Amino acid sequence: MRRLDARQTHVIRFTLNGRAVEAHCSPRMLLSDVLRGELGATGTHVGCEHGVCGACTVRIDGMMARSCLTLAVQVEGATVDTVEGVAPAPGRLSVLQDAFRKHHALQCGFCTAGIVMSLDTLLRDAPDADEARIRDVLSGHLCRCTGYHAIVQAALEAVETLRKETDHA
Amino acid sequence: MAKDVPHQPMPRLEDAPLLTGRGQFFDDLPVPHGTLYAAILRSPHAHARLRAIHADAARGLAGVHSVLTGEDYAGVAAPLMVGVRLPIECWPIARHKVRYAGEPVAVVLAGDRYIAEDALDLIEVDYDPFAPVLDPVEALDADAPVLHDEMGGNLGSDRQFTYGDPGAAFDDAEHVVDISVRYPRNSCTPIETYGVLAQWEPHGQSFDITANFQGPFSIHPVIARALQVPGNRLRLRTPEDSGGSFGVKQGVFPYIALLAACARLADRPVKWVEDRLEHLTASVSSTNRAITLRAAVRGDGRITALDYDQVEDVGAYLRAPEPATLYRMHGNLCGAYDIANLSVRNRIVMTNKTPTGLNRGFGGPQIYFVLERLMQRIAAELDLDPVEVIRTNLIPTDAFPYRTASGATYDSGDYVRAFEQALKDGRYDALVARRNERRAEGRMYGIGLSVAVEPSVSNMGYLSTVLTPEERARSGPKNGAQSSATVHIDPVGTITVQLDSVPQGQGHKTVAAGIVAERFGLSPGNIKVVAALDTSKDAWSIAAGNYASRFAAASAGAVCIAADRLRDRLAWIAAAQLNVVPDDLRFEGGRIFAAGNPDAALPFARVASAAHWAPATLPELDGSPIRETAIWTAPELSAPNEADEINSSLCHGFIFDFCGVEIDPITHEAHIDRYVSMHDCGTILHEGMVEGQIRGAFAHAIGASLYEEYAYDEDGAFLAGTFADYPVPTVHEIPDLEIYHICTPSPVTPLGAKGVGEGNCMSTPVCVANAVADALRPGCGEVDLVLPLIPARIAGFLQDEPRAPEGQEKRRETGGKGLSGTGQARVDAAPQDIWDLLMDADQLAAIIPGAHGVKRLSPTRFLADVTLGVGPVKGRYRVDVALSDLDEPRSAVLTGKASGALGTGMGEGRVTLTPDDAGGTLIGYAYDASVGGKVASVGGRLLDGAAKIVIGQFFSALGRRAGDPTHRQGIFARLRARLGGAS
Repeated sequence: MRRLDARQTHVIRFTLNGRAVEAHCSPRMLLSDVLRGELGATGTHVGCEHGVCGACTVRIDGMMARSCLTLAVQVEGATVDTVEGVAPAPGRLSVLQDAFRKHHALQCGFCTAGIVMSLDTLLRDAPDADEARIRDVLSGHLCRCTGYHAIVQAALEAVETLRKETDHA
Repeated sequence: MAKDVPHQPMPRLEDAPLLTGRGQFFDDLPVPHGTLYAAILRSPHAHARLRAIHADAARGLAGVHSVLTGEDYAGVAAPLMVGVRLPIECWPIARHKVRYAGEPVAVVLAGDRYIAEDALDLIEVDYDPFAPVLDPVEALDADAPVLHDEMGGNLGSDRQFTYGDPGAAFDDAEHVVDISVRYPRNSCTPIETYGVLAQWEPHGQSFDITANFQGPFSIHPVIARALQVPGNRLRLRTPEDSGGSFGVKQGVFPYIALLAACARLADRPVKWVEDRLEHLTASVSSTNRAITLRAAVRGDGRITALDYDQVEDVGAYLRAPEPATLYRMHGNLCGAYDIANLSVRNRIVMTNKTPTGLNRGFGGPQIYFVLERLMQRIAAELDLDPVEVIRTNLIPTDAFPYRTASGATYDSGDYVRAFEQALKDGRYDALVARRNERRAEGRMYGIGLSVAVEPSVSNMGYLSTVLTPEERARSGPKNGAQSSATVHIDPVGTITVQLDSVPQGQGHKTVAAGIVAERFGLSPGNIKVVAALDTSKDAWSIAAGNYASRFAAASAGAVCIAADRLRDRLAWIAAAQLNVVPDDLRFEGGRIFAAGNPDAALPFARVASAAHWAPATLPELDGSPIRETAIWTAPELSAPNEADEINSSLCHGFIFDFCGVEIDPITHEAHIDRYVSMHDCGTILHEGMVEGQIRGAFAHAIGASLYEEYAYDEDGAFLAGTFADYPVPTVHEIPDLEIYHICTPSPVTPLGAKGVGEGNCMSTPVCVANAVADALRPGCGEVDLVLPLIPARIAGFLQDEPRAPEGQEKRRETGGKGLSGTGQARVDAAPQDIWDLLMDADQLAAIIPGAHGVKRLSPTRFLADVTLGVGPVKGRYRVDVALSDLDEPRSAVLTGKASGALGTGMGEGRVTLTPDDAGGTLIGYAYDASVGGKVASVGGRLLDGAAKIVIGQFFSALGRRAGDPTHRQGIFARLRARLGGAS
């Protein structure tokens, strides 16, 4: 493992939403701070900085992770996906995002980035996820606006829509 | 007065950017070059003299620009104005004294936040702690510690009110039923914390502030006065998006003043983003309150008078807009009931806790908790069905608009219909049958009911009810609630709307776009709505902001008025061109045409843009067709009168809830089995958003009912500094909710709508509590319940509570940071050897876990420099240990005081050394300790375990040392041994 000097900044290189990026950071910098402050990817939000609220959730090499509990230097060489990379193209929404809009599954939208990342990951890993599974994944997030009901409905509809799309493919 | 509202449920215009990471929240916005980042040092003590702040080391750290204190602030800025005339000074940063744990003490400005936080650790502060007072009733005692010496006590206001003839009603009462409750502190904790960017322009002597402030903008003059600039020199801007508020972001304003002063002192832009610990510890919360409520009751359950005695705890300072929490509900203190006689005593006290502020429900949860608990108590004492007691007292349908005893006008309602319909549609009878079945099976099952009137659109004058009529006469009348909205048409005929409501996710932009689109016959997607407010450019008044559920009833109404005026002008322009009368015109599908002749249509854009391109061709109009700002207040919002009657809010919705709760016999958790909520919020502007508001408030209320509390220990340490210590409900904790509606449109709002976003915060906690009380009744009789209804509290009522395992007895109700313990360790050395080790600073340095060095100040006093970690918090402490009651080599008492950037600790321990038969020593110890500051806030759950580990490490190190002969010799012997070993 590379040994990093705490007093120096280091260049880290990784793939962010499909593009190669590099950032200069000291070893103690959090991934959330580097994504937002250094790379301008402000879609990932920071709500508690102790790993409970889930707003900062991103995907690192396919796995959900709290970017507030991850040091930026840990993602050297990794593939990182954030909420900015979920939609198929600018101006469009993914099936899940569209279901969120339809069901009023967001209000202020601050926690939404993390929830979208977790559910998007769930739908990739378990396209047939049932309500219990969705609730389990969602329980890693705090939302203060919606009372969660609409989020569960949106996720269930997204599962259904994706199932139909797959059946027709 | 109710007008058309869009019927199509439309998707929210806000959603797509938020779903794709394109929101414009405070911390997403760019900052000026040269911006400094602030971090705030906060008091670990609840009450202490602030003796000295040693910041040279922090100032010397590379990257640090400056360290500023309360004295620096006072050089350029003034205290925050107080709503009640009191001889206290409310500074946004401590001067001379700290009065709550978490109070700002110093601000570091640095090139980045990491360095600023590093510098915080280098600041040393000398405090002389005083005894704090935490309980509002104890704070009234003559010998209670006093927070503000200038006041001579802690009582900030004491007012009595009498409406009707409560004395006679109580004299004549068949029954008098009373109840005393304590409402706790909690908060809706938005997921986005506070953020402030402050800039100072010395030539214009003006501030430019961006903050995720939510209003009310009556706070703007408070900030301007604190910063000692005229109002027009304080430009306050809010971002387009805000990550939740629920009232709480009103509380950012002391930080606006503080950071603005820092920007002025540093002559640089300053940015601060609050962290979660700061937010939980020191933003704002609901008030905690002690209330006794008495009712004069007839035999049939009819209430003839109420008598309130309220002691409101606003924390360490009476900070604007407090004491609003206490007075917001003043007009509707009798709830949904027809009660003509009322007496009230309102006292406001200060305690060593964080100052309070807005929080969803604002005054409602406190009032309805006591009122609806009393309704259940009346039913129990008179042996009546609680449904009957409510039914008997509800305001009758033909009484609306209804004037309450204390002066509110309930604008519309049909409480009886809503009540009966909810019982029927919500299948109340089936719920009763279910309870009976469960009880027959020996299970603990109860039903709770609650009824609430949900006020919205606050009268800006209600707060002056705290003043006597004479004081009000001197200070001039205050009343009304101005709402503003601007509709602008640009040169290509497209429309932009500016709101004054500063939303945090309530979909105001969508609703406003829908209202405007409908009026102009356009698609809502074509309307641009701006939510970001700029006090230098946009229309606003003191009532602006997002609070008191004012959008649907007031701000949306202003949008509607402005759009109507512009539409009327455009109709005149089109009528002249089409040669018809304006009333015949229709605006549809982007065209304007006469109803009888749709083929002869004008494109909307051409008519709408005409005033830009060819004003001389226009007919005479009553105003410009380019831009219209509507500023609207309801005439019903009058100032309090001589008799202290006040129409505290413009409109009044209605809620009736009932629920079934089962208590788990083993875990004592309260499980909500069914929950039904009936609402009348007048005209519904958007069904999806109304449902979202109800479900959101319900989720907050479930947290307040069962989980959440801003708990303090008896030393004033804050115990809920993380989302693990302040457990916000996840999806698993929110039960199913059945929602029903009836609609009685408000006659006093432009759209017939009323607020709906706060109701369940008022009705649900008491509904759940009533159900828990009902579930406990067969086994326990009537119980006095305190929220949150955590299993430990419920267990306290159940006689068959299983005993805790040996050694794990519960010591505190809410979990916390007082520590005590006893233990024993055997060490393979004689008592005298161990005694010598304990008296040797160098030896102690090697034995104490995490010690960097120990200095012996005197034969009985040591100073240690120690790094300790508890849970997520690791920090360095100075530990001052004094030895007393020395009985060499048998026993000693150690008294220790620790302080560091992460908190403080105090403790006392007794160590005994007893020789055993094998030549070793049994070391016995007993300790009592308490810790404060960050460690208590974030590590409370882990402290017991951590203390045991650290003590265990200490004694095993002691044992190793004592058992090793090389460590029992003098320093030369040790040196020799070391050199010998090395050679």
